Amino acid sequence: MSKTSRTSITMPATAKKDSIIEIRAIAQHDMESGFRYTEGGKQIPRDIIRTFTCTYNNVEVFKADFYSGIGANPLIIFTTVAVESGTLEFKWVGDGGYEAVNQARITVS
Amino acid sequence: MKKIVQHHRRRWLKQVQGLGLLALGACLIPLKAFAKKEDADEAIKKITGGAAIKDGKVTLTIPPLVENGNLVVLKVSVDSPMTANDYVKTIHVIAEANPSPNIFTVYLTPRSGTANVTTRVRLADSQRVWAIAQMSNGSFWRGSAETLVTLSACTEMV
Repeated sequence: MSKTSRTSITMPATAKKDSIIEIRAIAQHDMESGFRYTEGGKQIPRDIIRTFTCTYNNVEVFKADFYSGIGANPLIIFTTVAVESGTLEFKWVGDGGYEAVNQARITVS
Repeated sequence: MKKIVQHHRRRWLKQVQGLGLLALGACLIPLKAFAKKEDADEAIKKITGGAAIKDGKVTLTIPPLVENGNLVVLKVSVDSPMTANDYVKTIHVIAEANPSPNIFTVYLTPRSGTANVTTRVRLADSQRVWAIAQMSNGSFWRGSAETLVTLSACTEMV
């Protein structure tokens, strides 16, 4: 059974053709760095989201690799050009079989 | 009866205080696990493969004074027209004093429109943070920002 959690995308639902839109993506995740210890001195194993991918009508337009240095509940803000109407898919993949997928529709005029 | 309650409260307060001090102590101990500048240089070398890096084009924005290193808003922007012939391929962010120097890497395309990325990072100590950008022609550019961290995103106990 793979792990998942809540993710959210904020982006405009409509846009002018060839305009630049801003996308904000956030996931609910502890991003356990693997550098912390319990009071008993036991190291807490790393458990983070490793990659984030954004595809626009099945074409990859943005990708990010995350390491331990990313804060809890990772937020990433980036831009893309609104080329056509369609669906943007956002995928988060992490340690321990973590996976979360989110979709958003955009109408381009 | 009231006296007992108060007594209990006092003892409890003392215990809590003790725990707080313990946690603070753990934060102040210099940990060997922390990467130093050499590790960051190593990480940068890995990215560039030994190629020359020029200063400029890359702007890294972090607050100059950070109260809590656990969540620091970091913005990277690269000066580029982002056309099919001239765009930013990747941006790497490297911290000099984090236990692991790599923070994140983003992969852009001409369809990104701009090379602006914002995220929230952890900073273990007061340090300089680097952003290395690779352009579509293969050249590397860098920018950096220095910050003071008062509360480290350190290896605190849980």
